[in-house]
Formats: sequence, C-alpha cells, structure tokens
Amino acid sequence: MRKWNSTLLAVSLSVAALAACAAPTTTTTASSESPAAGAASPAAAGAPSRLDTILSRGTLICGVEGTIPGFSFVDSSGKYTGLDVDVCKAIAAALFNDPEKVEFRNLDSTARFPAVSSGEVDMLSRNTTWTASRDAAGGNGLEFAPTTFYDGQGVMVTKASGISSFKDLDGKAVCVETGTTTELNLATRATEANIKINEVKFQDSNAGFAAYQEGRCEAITSDRSQLAAKRTALPTPDDNILLEDVLSKEPLGPVTVNNDSRWYDVVRWVTYGLIQAEEFGITQANVDQKLQDPSPDIKRFLGTDGDLGKQLGLSPDFMVRAIKAGGNYGEIYERNIGTGSALKIDRGLNKLWTDGGLMYAPPFR
Amino acid sequence: MTTAPPSITSSRPPADQVGAIAWLRKNLFNSWFNSLLTVILGLLLVRSLYGFLSWATTTAKWAVIPANLPLFFVGRYPVAQYWRIWVIISLLAVLSGLSWGILSRNMAKLFDRNILIAFGIAAAIAVLAPTPVPFRILLVGVLGLVLASSWMGRIVGRRMPQLGQWLSLGWGLSLLVVWWLIAGGIGLPGVKTNDWGGLLLTMFMSVSSILLCFPLGILLALGRQSSLPALRWISITFIEVIRGVPLITLLFVGAYMVPLFLPPGIRFNQLLLAVISLTLFSAAYLAENVRGGLQSVPRGQTEAANALGLNSVLATILIVLPQALKVSIPTIVGQFISLVQDTTLVGLLGAFEMLGISRSVLANPAFIGRYAEVYLFIGAIYWILCYAMSLGSRRLEKQLNTTH
Repeated sequence: MRKWNSTLLAVSLSVAALAACAAPTTTTTASSESPAAGAASPAAAGAPSRLDTILSRGTLICGVEGTIPGFSFVDSSGKYTGLDVDVCKAIAAALFNDPEKVEFRNLDSTARFPAVSSGEVDMLSRNTTWTASRDAAGGNGLEFAPTTFYDGQGVMVTKASGISSFKDLDGKAVCVETGTTTELNLATRATEANIKINEVKFQDSNAGFAAYQEGRCEAITSDRSQLAAKRTALPTPDDNILLEDVLSKEPLGPVTVNNDSRWYDVVRWVTYGLIQAEEFGITQANVDQKLQDPSPDIKRFLGTDGDLGKQLGLSPDFMVRAIKAGGNYGEIYERNIGTGSALKIDRGLNKLWTDGGLMYAPPFR
Repeated sequence: MTTAPPSITSSRPPADQVGAIAWLRKNLFNSWFNSLLTVILGLLLVRSLYGFLSWATTTAKWAVIPANLPLFFVGRYPVAQYWRIWVIISLLAVLSGLSWGILSRNMAKLFDRNILIAFGIAAAIAVLAPTPVPFRILLVGVLGLVLASSWMGRIVGRRMPQLGQWLSLGWGLSLLVVWWLIAGGIGLPGVKTNDWGGLLLTMFMSVSSILLCFPLGILLALGRQSSLPALRWISITFIEVIRGVPLITLLFVGAYMVPLFLPPGIRFNQLLLAVISLTLFSAAYLAENVRGGLQSVPRGQTEAANALGLNSVLATILIVLPQALKVSIPTIVGQFISLVQDTTLVGLLGAFEMLGISRSVLANPAFIGRYAEVYLFIGAIYWILCYAMSLGSRRLEKQLNTTH
C-alpha cells in the first residue's frame, strides 16, 4: 500500500513539474507587432510590415519542405541544406548580415499556406508552384517572389535506347503514374507532337521506377527534379539521361503573405539580386574585389553608390551580404542540384536569359 | 523363491519419445499434410532468410547509418550541447541501477543469467558501435555506471530498507532535471524545441504523454463510474468522442485548427500541442482499460473497506485502485507501447522525431534510395524500446503478484 502511495506521489509531482515547465514555451513565438525596429528602416512610412517584426525579432522564420533531395533536407551534420534553404539564408544575410540567423520550419503541403497566412512563418521557400489561384486575393491570397527553379515534367531514358528528344518516343513504352496530371500532360504532348506512345501505367511512382529499372519501358516521365533524384538511386546513374524537353510548367519560388509590399519587395529583390549577381559575374569569392568595379551598374547593385538598399528598408550593402552567404544564383544551383551535387540536374530553363534560359532580373537602378 | 526386486534406478525414456527428433515428429511431421506444410514453409523461410542475408551483406549500403547516427539519436540538437544528453543518460543509468539494486536487495543474485547476457550484448554493441572512440568510451562508462550503482543500491538498500520509498521521488525529481537539461534555461543556453529530434524527441513525447495520460486516464475511469451524473456524463462524452476520432485527425486539429481559434499573437508551441493531442488520445483508451480493472474488483472489497471505517475516497485510493491497476497492467502497458509507436504520426506533421529525421536523411542526395537500411535501423530501435517496456511490465506483474 505504501508503494502505491509513493507511486501516486511521484506521478502527481511529475505532472505538476511538466505542467510548470511547459508553460514558458507556449508563447515563445508570439509575434509582436511593435514597430521597435521601425527606426532602422527609413521607408517605414506605410502600414506596419512583417519586415519590422522580423528585424525586431532578429531572426527570419522560413518554411521549407524538409525532405526534398537537393532543395531542402538536413545533412549529416544536422544543418539544413539545399537550394530552397540557400535562398532563405541569402535573405537572412541581407537582413542581418548573418546567414545563420534563420529558423526553419518543416511544412507539409497541407500546412504551408495556413502557416504563411497566420504568420507562423515569414516566408515559404518550399517548392510551391506559382499559379493564378494561389496568387489571387480571392484564392490563397499569396505573393510569389521570382521563380528560383523552373521545374516541369521531364522524361528520362536510358542511353542505350538512343532516344534524344521527345519525338523519338514514337512507338516506345513510357512508364507513367496513373491518375495524375503527369499522365494527362504526356497524352496531350504526344497528340501535339503527332506521335504514338505506349503508356505503361503504375499506381505509384516507386513501382514505375522499378519497372523502368527492369527495362519494361524505355522511358519514364515525372517532374524533372524528381527524375534527377531517383536517377542517383539507380545502379548506374550515368547510363540514364534526362531529355531537354519539358512537358509542363512548374515554376517554383519563395512565397510571402498578400498585402505586405515592404516585406514582399525585400524577398523579391534579394531573390532577383542573386540572379543579377550571376549576370554581373559577381561570385562569393570575388564580391569584395567587385566593390572596386568602376561600372555604375555594379556600383549601384553593391551599394557603393545610390540608395537602393535604403529604399528597400535594408542596409546599402544588402546584396554584398547576400552573395557572401552562399554565392549568386548559379553557384547556389550548381552546388545543390547541378554539377556540384549528386543530382546533376541540367540548368535547362534555369539558365540566365543571356544563355537562352528564363532567369531574368529587372534592372537594379 | 526370491526374486531380485525390480531396479528402481530411473532409466532414460526411450529416445524416440523425447529429444529434438521426437519433438519434431510430434509437432511438425505428425501427418503427411503437416509434413508437406513443414517442408514447403521451411523452404520458403530458408529462401527468404538467404535472400535477406545476401542483401544485407552485398547489396545494402550501411554507410548511411553511421554517417547520420547523431541525427537518428538527437536530430538537430546543437553539437556543443551534446554533453547535456550524456549527463541525462548517466543520470538515468545511475537511477535505474540504484532502483534495481534496492528493489532486488533480497534476491539471491543481483542479476540473473538473462540480464547478464543482455549486459554482454549491450557492452559488445558499445565497444563495436560505428561512432568515434570517445563516444564508445562514454557508452561503456554508462554501462559501468549501471552495474556500479546497482551494486551500491543493493548494499545501501540492505542497510536502510526504507530507502525504497524515496526512489519514486528521485525519479520524479530527475524528470525536472532532465527537462531542464534538454530545454536549457536557468544557467544553460536554451535549445528550441524545433531543434530537438530523433530518438530524443520520440522519447520526450512518449514519456511526457505517458506520465500525463496515466493520471488523466484513471480520473476518467473513476469519473465514468461515479455516481454524480454530471461527472459521469462528462467522462463518458470525452472518452467516446476521443475514441471515435483517429489520432491523426486529433493531431491535425491541434496543429492547424487550434491556432485559428486563438487570438492573433498567441501561438502555442507545436510540440506542446502534439503532446497534448497524444495525451488526450491515450487517456481515453487508458480510461477504458482501467475501467475493466475497476470492474474486476469485487464489491465486497469496497464494502469491507467501508466497514473498517474508510470513506469512499480512501477506499478507492487504498483498496480498489491498487487492485484494479494490478489487473490492468498488461493492457495499460499495451496502450503505452502503442503510444510510443503513435509518436511517428507527429513526424508526418514535420517534427523531426525518429521517423521524420529518417525521411530527411533519405532526402540527402548522398543517401537517396537507402530506404530499406534506414527503416530497418529505426525499426530495430523501436522494437528495442517496446520490447523493453513489455519486459518491464512482466517483471512488475510478477513482483505485484500476490495471488496464491
């Protein structure tokens, strides 16, 4: 009987302890709308902005997916890594001159939009396709920053098959996941190209890949980023190639909440800045030398001349900080998903506009 | 006429009635149909085992496990603060050693053979673990701590048997210390719940939910049997509503809907909401398990207690509950085991508990496609956790067994 007495005592003690300890954590992330840091941003003329909240908090909270190869995942040393992650870090560096002043939240596809609207995260950098209904005020009511990765449905074939373009798929067997837009896109593009494709349908993507591996189909179609990731898991990845053809449009980029132009402009222009830096040839390594560059464009861009930073509510050298964090867009791309990674996704549409791609930043002036 | 009395020395039974062969014949080959089944299933089993072993030794690339070991165990917990985890492990090792020593002070041997074998295996794992040498030394040190403190506990426990009552208080206090060490504050740098992960987070969620749901479940069970209609109906409604909803729904409500109801600016910690959801869910099931136990206690027990002058509260706490809980130990532990496994659902909501961190490890381009290795590894850890719980419950049952 004494034993039960003391057990009950211990249980009630521990309950009290847990309840007491749990209390302080409940409101740790309460967002204070106090414009304490308003003084730091001369452009704080308008309504209170999330930008003030972030500056007074001292860290950026960035929503990521957390389990996408090359885009966002936790590496073996426990650090968030990937293209989406590096975009967040560049923005954190532009704000605080420290790329580590960012907190990541894993969000699945159900949680991502409520998390932005409720202000739980300051922004999303979590392969979200930019669509009209998501952007519209009557839809999800979000703001889409410039696209950081033009994904799209692609086709992977074995080198041995000799297929080099979508047209060559005429009469060939293609593995495809059934009941998805992937399947519809394939049929549409085949009709357009006036070729006949023998579709081999699978209920889930892993089964499709197994079939492709066994040689039951000569090609497999899915999102290009996913194909690239799965390719690395094949026994001989180099014997498989991703065709240049893109069958659908999936522009992925950072997202912020609607009706907050000051914060949205920061995200938009830092992202554009990364693309512009690549165009200027400014890299993580040479950014300090480029500060001496006589070109007026580069001077304005890096903040040695003019007051672009001030107008955005940031410090004049915000782009210097962002580039020092992880390099320009090209460096971020190659390191995470391009030639510097296991994924080796071809730049394709993600080349600069000067190289025939879609990456284009409006002028910084 | 005298005959020699029949020898009474025992002779071995005929060889065809005992031994392995006889057992085989009796159980596996007693008819042509069973023999056929045995042969076919045996071949299948051997073939699968061979397939698994050849996969495990040739195709599988186990490098993913040692490379990410810290992630599996503590997730993104800051490396500079790992020492706090080691302090926690040592503290728990000393406490469990002491408890073992004190509780088994009257047994002939401190450890029986099975436990010694388990220790041997644990020591072998500690020595051979694919971690840096300092970690292995620490692991062996922890095992040594368990042995030393159990020996100490035995000696001290024999001198001062009343010490046993203070053990539960010690465990209760250790919870506070563990909580402080994990989360920080008061003199230690804080570690945000966002950075907790792996086995640490799984254990934290399981232990907190178990400790919270146990008293809540008992109160609900008593409430359901109460003679006060309001209390009874509240308990019944709570139990039936929670039991009628899948856990994943509760977790979604906690994670996404509760923040919508709260005034803007107030936000609850996601981990706290998850623990609350798990607690409420388990408490409803636990209440039904305990009710089964309560109903198995004969009415005579309560009447006898009343006759002795105990009021109904004391009669419940001192007479009925101890007996009811003893009866329900197996089902309660079953509930706790499934609670440990249910924590994986929180991983679907983005928490880096053991399953969540595994999904992130699998997204590392260096380890894409290593599903089987990673899931086997964390499966083994879950199994060890749950099997340890069921062993513990069996021991507790044996210790509390007072039937004759």
